[in-house]
Amino acid sequence: MDYQFQWRPVIQALPQLLEASLVTLQVSVLSMGLGLLMGLVLYFIRKSPILPLRAFATTWIEVARNTPSLFQIFIFYWGLGEFGIFLSPYVSVVAALSFNCAGYMAETYRGGFAAVPKGQNMAARTLGMTAWQSLRYVELPQVLRAIYHPMTNQFTWIILASSLGMLAGLRELSGETQYFNSRTFRTFEFFMAAAVIYYVITKIALLVLKAIGWNLFKAERAAK
Amino acid sequence: MIILENVHKSFGSLKVLKGVNLTVHEGEVVSLIGASGSGKSTLLYCINGLEKIDSGRVTVDGTDVHAKGTDINKLRQKLGTVFQQWNSFPHLTALENVALAPRVVSKLDKAAAREVAAAQLERVGLKDKFDHYPSQMSGGQQQRLAIARALAMKPDYMLFDEATSALDPELVTEVLDTMRMLASDGMTMIVVTHEMSFARDVSDRVAFFKQGVLAEIGPAREVMESPKDPDLQRFLSSSTR
Repeated sequence: MDYQFQWRPVIQALPQLLEASLVTLQVSVLSMGLGLLMGLVLYFIRKSPILPLRAFATTWIEVARNTPSLFQIFIFYWGLGEFGIFLSPYVSVVAALSFNCAGYMAETYRGGFAAVPKGQNMAARTLGMTAWQSLRYVELPQVLRAIYHPMTNQFTWIILASSLGMLAGLRELSGETQYFNSRTFRTFEFFMAAAVIYYVITKIALLVLKAIGWNLFKAERAAK
Repeated sequence: MIILENVHKSFGSLKVLKGVNLTVHEGEVVSLIGASGSGKSTLLYCINGLEKIDSGRVTVDGTDVHAKGTDINKLRQKLGTVFQQWNSFPHLTALENVALAPRVVSKLDKAAAREVAAAQLERVGLKDKFDHYPSQMSGGQQQRLAIARALAMKPDYMLFDEATSALDPELVTEVLDTMRMLASDGMTMIVVTHEMSFARDVSDRVAFFKQGVLAEIGPAREVMESPKDPDLQRFLSSSTR
C-alpha cells in the first residue's frame, strides 16, 4: 500500500467544513421541527371523519415511509420544476426532509397517544377544560414523554439523511466535502474528516436532547 | 338542583337508561346502588355531559346540560367528578395536579392557583404530599388527590363514580372518610357505590338502579332496611354480609 495520507488540505479547509456543518445542523433542526408539527397535524387528520382529508394523510404517510428519501429530495428539487415551481436547494431539502419526518412522526404520535389512557381526557374535561386545554396541558405532555426516544432517533436519522442534500446541490457538510474532494483528490482524508464531524454532531445532539429530557420528565425520575 | 326527566340512553341496540327520573336537592347526598354494568356510571356521565342522551332532559340549576347553546365547560365547573380509576395526571406533582384547572380554566395566577390547591390538599389530608408525583402515592392517596382536584374548582355538586371500587381494601376507608367529611360539610353529592354501609349511613336517599330505571328510591334507612323491590332484597342480602 503506497497511499500517502495528507491531512494538510483537510486542516486548511476545516473552517469551511465547520461552516457547512452549521448548514447541516440548521437544515436538520428545521426539518425536525416542521416534521414534528406536520406529523401531529397528519395524525389528527388521519382520524378525521372527512374521507378526502383522511386519504390525503394516509397517502402522505405511505409515500414518506415507503419511498427512498433521495427520491423525495429529487421530487422537491427537480420534480416540481416540471410544474414551474423552482425551489432553492436549501428549501427543497428542508421540504423533503420535513415531508419524510412528518410521515414517520405521524405513526409515532399514534403510538404516543395510544399510551395515554382515555380517563386522562375525561378527568381534564370534567374539570372544565376545553378539548384544546386537555390536549395542551394533560395529553400532549404525556405523549411527548412516550415519543421522546423514537423522536431522538428520528433526529439522528435526519442529521445523517441531510447528507443526501448534496445531490440537490446543497453545500451542507457532505456537499462541501465533495467540493474539496474534487479539488484536492484527498478523498479518504476529506470523507474521513466529514464522518468524524457527523459523529460529533449526532453525539452532541443526543446529549443535548438527553439533557432536555432530564429536565422535562421529572415525574419519571421521582418514581425511581 | 339537578333534575333528570325521562332520560333515555342506548349504546347501539343496548338500552342502558330507559326513562330515568331523579331530582337531587342542594345539600343532599344520594347514593345509586345496583348490579355492576347496569348503567349507573352512564347515568352520572349524562349529568356532566361526558355522554350524550337520546331523549329526555337533564338540568343543573336550571341549565339544560344537553341543549345546543349550553357552555358545557362552564357547567362542568359546578360538577366535580371523581372516577373509579382516579386518573391523576402522572406528569404533574400533587400540587400541580390540583392547581392546573384553577390556573387554565379559572384563569387564576400561579400563586393564587397554588394557594387554592394547597388548601384543598390539606382538606383531604395530603398536606405532606404537595411535591410528590402520583407514582409515589398509594391508590387511596391518589383518589383523595382526585377529590381535591375536583374541589379546587369550587363545585356545587360532586359526582362519585365507584370511587373506592379499584382500591385495595385497606385503602377504602381513607377515601370513604374523605367523602363523609364532604357530606357533613353540606356538599351535594351523587354517589355511585358498592359500599352499602356508606349508602346506608351517609346518604340521605338511596336509589336502586335496575334494568335502566330507578326501581326504588327513598330515605336511606328505609330503602336499605326494608326494601320493597324483590330484586333489591336479593341484591342487599347478597352484598351486606
